[in-house]
Amino acid sequence: MSFLDVDNVSKHFGSLIAVDGVSMKVEKGECRAVIGPNGAGKTTFFNLITGMLPLTTGRVALDGQDLAGIDPSQRVKMGMARTFQITEIFPEMTVRENIRIPVEVQAGLHMSTRMPAHLRGPLNERVDQLIEEGGLTRIANRYAGELSHGDQRACEIMMALALNPRILLLDEPTAGMGDDETYAVARLIKRIHRESHMTIVLVEHDMRVVFNLADKITVLAEGRPLAEGTPAEITANEKVQSAYLGGEA
Amino acid sequence: MQAFVKQNALNIVIWALLLTMPFLMNAVGGYTQLGTQVVVLGLAAMALNFLLGHTGVLSFGHAAYFGLGAYGVGLTIRYFEQSTLLGLLAGVVLGAVAAAVIGPLIVRRRGVYFAMVTIAFGQVFYFIAVRWNKVTGGDDGLTNWARHDINLGFTKITLVNEPIHFYYFALFFFAVAVAIMAAILRSPFGRVLLAIRENERRTRFLGINVNFHIWASWLISCTFMALAGALFALQNNFVDPHSLYWTQSGIFVIMCVLGGMRSFWGPLVGAAIYVVLQDYLSSVVSDYWQFFVGLVFVAVVLFFPRGFMGALRRRTAE
Repeated sequence: MSFLDVDNVSKHFGSLIAVDGVSMKVEKGECRAVIGPNGAGKTTFFNLITGMLPLTTGRVALDGQDLAGIDPSQRVKMGMARTFQITEIFPEMTVRENIRIPVEVQAGLHMSTRMPAHLRGPLNERVDQLIEEGGLTRIANRYAGELSHGDQRACEIMMALALNPRILLLDEPTAGMGDDETYAVARLIKRIHRESHMTIVLVEHDMRVVFNLADKITVLAEGRPLAEGTPAEITANEKVQSAYLGGEA
Repeated sequence: MQAFVKQNALNIVIWALLLTMPFLMNAVGGYTQLGTQVVVLGLAAMALNFLLGHTGVLSFGHAAYFGLGAYGVGLTIRYFEQSTLLGLLAGVVLGAVAAAVIGPLIVRRRGVYFAMVTIAFGQVFYFIAVRWNKVTGGDDGLTNWARHDINLGFTKITLVNEPIHFYYFALFFFAVAVAIMAAILRSPFGRVLLAIRENERRTRFLGINVNFHIWASWLISCTFMALAGALFALQNNFVDPHSLYWTQSGIFVIMCVLGGMRSFWGPLVGAAIYVVLQDYLSSVVSDYWQFFVGLVFVAVVLFFPRGFMGALRRRTAE
């Protein structure tokens, strides 16, 4: 059984069928990209996995456990951390505070009105380590709201990683970024994947990001699965070229 | 030592002013009771700001819990036991229990809907106080009771006809409440509350049960509100049903905005500005004082949207 098993899911909004019978099996440690032209149903598909939207039909399972009826924040506790298309951070807190909060939550301290002395050191070290891994050391004491898009995204990704997730879900991580920032964020994701063998699913519009990053790619078009394969296979696929690559040229 | 003074300069100044307030007030032509009002209403505003400024949730019905604290102490002393401390405890418990029960009904709402529901529940208590004539004294307020001296066994604290003693009595409870709130805000739990203010969605997607945390913040906030209300009643030896009315909630919100909601001490400063302005203006222009307080409020919102403390911080940062 695959680690993340999405089985024949559909989503209907009234008579509009946004996602129509999509299946996807992601193995542990895999980096999977979901791509498709505008309106392909990528974001809806992503929301079905994270539980933001209820399924019309089908089934989503993580590590063998059916996720039906489990709400988004419970899924986070089960190890599904996510980022958003529009970065969701704590703008009037420093980067360090942004990272510190999920580290404390992960340590089970979210109801604690005092910090246990024996955890102070280890948690500070963990915060420093995440800041360094995210390449945020030089801006650790700046307010997160003042940072560039790329740095804010790095901060958000490190907040998700602070939760020690079993799977990391990224919704268009390079949305609205220039080339340099896109490159930096892609490099960060790649490093996380390589160094920690994190299972990653990312929805992406920017194809260049994906071909460098993903082990496998799932292509959606008009809510239906169009193709699945390695980046090389997807590049060679004629259906994908006409539906997507051709459309962009 | 120098570093400590620099880091805690604001705290030191605030506590120095609070500890000497009765003498300062008398020196500048005020009177001790005015200082007590600043401390008691300042505590109320800081309690409201625990929810408003530090959790990011606007309540427009906090006067209900202020009033419950006031009626709790008044009714206890009038009908049950001639004890200041027991009455104070009864007031705090009454407010806390009401908040704990009502909380789950309102924490699912957000923004203006949350504010509306808090007003609605607040008005329920107001109408009970006005209509239940026989017990509460109705519209005339609860009279025929007064605070008593406190006998601790080894020593006696005289509060009757000793405004300065009562000032320090109130300041003691203010200090305890403020220290607890400050400690909570510096804890991991407190940081989650700040996180909710900053970005509720992100907080939910850290796996936090946001509604439960808002309930907890609401309960803490209302409990200290009830403490402030009980002290207010003890100061006046009287409870007025208007202390439960929704416009009183509005006054507490105004104090927070005047002083600065993002600042820990802001609401206390706001309360001081409000109380002193009210006292001074009502002696100069009598009934029109609200007009001038309104002008000050509008000016602060337009020119110092982060309140007095926000403006001060920007000044010192530049």
